[in-house]
Amino acid sequence: MAAVQETIDRVRSIDVDQYKYGFITDIESEKAPKGLNEDIIRFISAKKNEPEWMLEWRLEAYRRWLTMTEPTWARVEYPKIDFNDIYYYAAPKSAPGPKSLDEVDPELLRTYEKLGIPLREQEILAGVEPKSRVAVDAVFDSVSVVTTFKEELKKAGVIFCSISEALREHPELVRKYIGSVVPVTDNFYATLNSAVFTDGSFVYVPEGVRCPMELSTYFRINEKNTGQFERTLIIAEKGAYVSYLEGCTAPQRDENQLHAAVVELIALDDAEIKYSTVQNWFPGDKEGKGGIYNFVTKRGDCRGKNSKISWTQVETGSAITWKYPSCILRGDNSRGEFYSIAVSNGYQQIDSGTKMIHLGKNTSSRIISKGISAGKSQNTYRGLVSAHRKASNARNFTQCDSLLIGQDCGAHTVPYIESKNATAVFEHEATTSKISDDQMFYCQQRGLSDEEAVALIVNGFVKDVIQQLPMEFAVEAQKLISISLEGSVG
Amino acid sequence: MLEIKNLHARIAEDGTEILRGIDLVVKPGEVHAIMGPNGSGKSTLSYILAGKDDYEVTEGDIVYNGQSLLDLAPDERAAAGVFLAFQYPIEIPGVATMTFLKTALNAQRKARGEDELSTPEFMKRVKEKSAELQITMDMLKRPLNVGFSGGEKKRAEILQMALLQPSLCVLDETDSGLDIDALKVVSDGVNRLRGPDRSFVVITHYQRLLDHIVPDVVHVLSKGRIVKTGGPELALELEQKGYADFVDAAA
Amino acid sequence: MTIEPRTLETRAETDLAEAYYRDRDALPGGVAVAGIRKSAFDAFRRSGLPHRRVEEWKYSDLRARLKSVPAFAARRSDDDAKAALAALDDVYGAADRYRLVIVDGHFHAGLSDVAALAEAGVRVCPLAEALVEEGESLMRLPQIAAGDAATGLNAVFCADGLVLSLPEGNSLDKPVEIVHALSASAVSTSERVIVAAAKGARATVLETFVGGAEGSFSNTLTDIRAGDEAEVTVARLQAEAAGTTHVGSAVVTLGAETKVKLIGAGIGAGFARHQSFIAFTGEGSRADLLGITMVRAGQHVDQTLVVDHAVPHCDSRELFKTVVGDGAKGIFQGKIIVRPHAQKTDGQMMTQSLLLSDDAEMSLKPELEIFADDVQCAHGATSGQIDEDLLFYLRSRGIPEAEARTLLVLAFLSEAVEEIGEEIVVEAFEERIRAWLAAGA
Repeated sequence: MAAVQETIDRVRSIDVDQYKYGFITDIESEKAPKGLNEDIIRFISAKKNEPEWMLEWRLEAYRRWLTMTEPTWARVEYPKIDFNDIYYYAAPKSAPGPKSLDEVDPELLRTYEKLGIPLREQEILAGVEPKSRVAVDAVFDSVSVVTTFKEELKKAGVIFCSISEALREHPELVRKYIGSVVPVTDNFYATLNSAVFTDGSFVYVPEGVRCPMELSTYFRINEKNTGQFERTLIIAEKGAYVSYLEGCTAPQRDENQLHAAVVELIALDDAEIKYSTVQNWFPGDKEGKGGIYNFVTKRGDCRGKNSKISWTQVETGSAITWKYPSCILRGDNSRGEFYSIAVSNGYQQIDSGTKMIHLGKNTSSRIISKGISAGKSQNTYRGLVSAHRKASNARNFTQCDSLLIGQDCGAHTVPYIESKNATAVFEHEATTSKISDDQMFYCQQRGLSDEEAVALIVNGFVKDVIQQLPMEFAVEAQKLISISLEGSVG
Repeated sequence: MLEIKNLHARIAEDGTEILRGIDLVVKPGEVHAIMGPNGSGKSTLSYILAGKDDYEVTEGDIVYNGQSLLDLAPDERAAAGVFLAFQYPIEIPGVATMTFLKTALNAQRKARGEDELSTPEFMKRVKEKSAELQITMDMLKRPLNVGFSGGEKKRAEILQMALLQPSLCVLDETDSGLDIDALKVVSDGVNRLRGPDRSFVVITHYQRLLDHIVPDVVHVLSKGRIVKTGGPELALELEQKGYADFVDAAA
Repeated sequence: MTIEPRTLETRAETDLAEAYYRDRDALPGGVAVAGIRKSAFDAFRRSGLPHRRVEEWKYSDLRARLKSVPAFAARRSDDDAKAALAALDDVYGAADRYRLVIVDGHFHAGLSDVAALAEAGVRVCPLAEALVEEGESLMRLPQIAAGDAATGLNAVFCADGLVLSLPEGNSLDKPVEIVHALSASAVSTSERVIVAAAKGARATVLETFVGGAEGSFSNTLTDIRAGDEAEVTVARLQAEAAGTTHVGSAVVTLGAETKVKLIGAGIGAGFARHQSFIAFTGEGSRADLLGITMVRAGQHVDQTLVVDHAVPHCDSRELFKTVVGDGAKGIFQGKIIVRPHAQKTDGQMMTQSLLLSDDAEMSLKPELEIFADDVQCAHGATSGQIDEDLLFYLRSRGIPEAEARTLLVLAFLSEAVEEIGEEIVVEAFEERIRAWLAAGA
């Protein structure tokens, strides 16, 4: 397996405790003053030339948020966040808005190049190997800096742009769908996001259209003390199909940074949305200092009959991950999937899982979760599968596996299974294991080193999920997992 | 050439002494059978040759081609040509057998400073060797040893041996769990690998394997020592008389 | 539990507080026991009855269930107790056993085989007496059980019960049945039973919970202390009358090389919460937990268990089967904890539920909390209805539908029944299962 070899090479080439994406881009930026109040929200809204209703929506969310308290039920511990010590808006000065690539600050282009994200369409096209093409929306701190392949997508009728642009160009679409899956009042972090979100991606795939290429957003937090609050909205009309990828990195900084995103997916009749994430925010250093606090609300609504939403996530970064990409299976015969790999090392804390809410008839869902804990980390799967009264013939299969590496980490499984319909069939399995000494010895006897053996066994452990990722991401994800586990054995 | 000199070893965890002074010389091309009752230390010897750290060598040495194996890690021993066919091959879920074979082969080639095999060349070799061992492509796509029958596991071990081309093959109770047809397939596989540059240490409880893999030398192991050495006829004698006589002689 | 201090709100909570203020001086035990009762009451005072926002009680809102709490029952005369008992089903009938009788929360030595047990070397002491002598140690519970709302309330109010002490090496010749009977008037009870098996002792204890009336509230606690190398089987059958609220806690502490089998069957009560707390304190031990639950007609039944692997090299096995009929609600919550350094733990939990009716509900929450790497832990959970293909197959062979359904429910439960291993229990349970199925047909 070539990927295994690459993984190994990558592990070797990187020093322990070195986060590859930890560099800082030296670029002048424009920030709103620190802290949160109605003026800041007005500032953000004005900066983006938003319609009046959007500002009202934000202010309503903010007022609601002031009455809410942070959730405490997750297995994560962290000092209290001072929400007034955060910059809610930071944008590279040179980029007033996404225009053509020629107008983008070369420093930014270099940043994405360094991150391995191609923003120049011609470079991709000129590639010697016929690679599959990916359209990218690049979000740098609070703003989208560029979106590629827009023209080509437009020909197919697909709208792919930053949400700020969508608010200006397609306000009726945004207004119709925003907050319709994750209500403004949903939870503390989603409500905060509704008040202060700065950018994110917007995708609209019209009826019957199969999006001609993978769409991707690449999120980068660069500024100090800056929160990133992006908002993504994806709508697949009847019979439409889209595959969307999301990647995240942040510089290595000593202080913790907050990331609170909201993602809403809407799939109408016969539509399918595939949403993949490789989350590699800075996880903090060896002593647990720094790192991103990642509080994310992701939810998909299978609104139409025969619709399908599939979440795949590879979570290797962040000091704290609080994230439950969910599916509301409203349409009859709709299907939800959740495939997850969550790797924690060092002092990382992950509390992640999914909710599959079966409302319609003949709905089905599948959950495959692979948790790998190493170092002194804590890794929790938390999930809910429920069948409501009318969800006849609902089906769920859940498999939750945990792999522990070392004796100072923890792996926890907290599934809730609620059936209110006798014809619903739910099956749940969970296991916990370690890499056995026998497996290690067997691999070594065949000539593999410790690192190679661990990489091989871990890749076997996560294979079911890796297979769900688009090819370009699969290799990347495998590398990332091995790097994340670097130094965990020995 | 393998030279085992006055080898003493114990279980690392509790200090139980298992090997109490083994001396053995295996020249290139030779096949040595090691027989003995349960608990005589046969499997321990195979694990120590491969470098399992559950055991501690307290005295003596294992020298292979002029170099002591004791300081080498298991993967270094593998790269040096030592292959152990496990009595109980280990299952690795999610790792396709084919993937494992390629990873192991290339790791060893790399350790020896050789280039990796191209995929077509690798596939060609695998197909050829698998056919000889009646291993189907379907089996190679399944996760390593997971859900394999006893016979399939042993055939997969011999396939690995054929692909990795080791110079010292240690077979630990390879006949256990095999019916007579499977035993024939496995033995033929081993016999095909016999050659002037390759030595074998065949560990077995029963003589029947030695009908198929005919040894040059037979040793009887009892209570951690070799108590008798002879030709193939010794195995027949054991089969008739049982181990009791030899074991008593050792006591 | 992490809930904020609050004032008592409901009638039931006020009833309980008043009962404590009225009875506290009369409750048995010395100063130390009174102190334990007081701090448990203070905790209740702060939190009230457990409700849906208390994670452990999420699916069983006791505060909403209890409209009021009847007065704690006074001791009845032996004759009255005998009469109450006679009116109730004798679960084990003619089976050869020792029998200990608790009626409305009070132990009746006069109706019990105390002398026969003494002859077999086993001491039985009324809890009210034992609390005076060695109260503090008798009241102490392992950490996983001590913080629970129901065990806390039991500590506040336990006025009687019994202590069954098996001396070192004692191997009891026949099972001991402890009958927990409720009379036909609505009362509250809060007895505590302590089974102390010294090193190497062996015993089988059968607990039966029967009787009661609409509005009865029993909150019992059985504390099983199995010493090193002891082998104890405890089979609990809860078959109270339809309108009762039953909270039964079984707390098990295992020493080293100890074997405990805890079997629970729940078919009675209107609202039942059966909770088990298993604490491993010595290496090389094994706990087997079996649960068979059958509910219908608006019943609510909750099986909650916590298995705490605090030491290395212990095994636990949990198998729970729940059958839920019309309008009933079943709950299973099971948590396996593996503490740091409890290496070589082997914990396997399976919970399966069968929904027989469209308006039946089942909630499952199997949990793993693992802090050690060299362990084998797994859980499985399923929920579904009778397999239509199997049903069709049976019917195509000429078996009427109702009978076919009965057969398939029996088949579903059989795996757990077969694991029971005690003939007397198997017979009694099977009889109950058949009667339950027959009543529903």
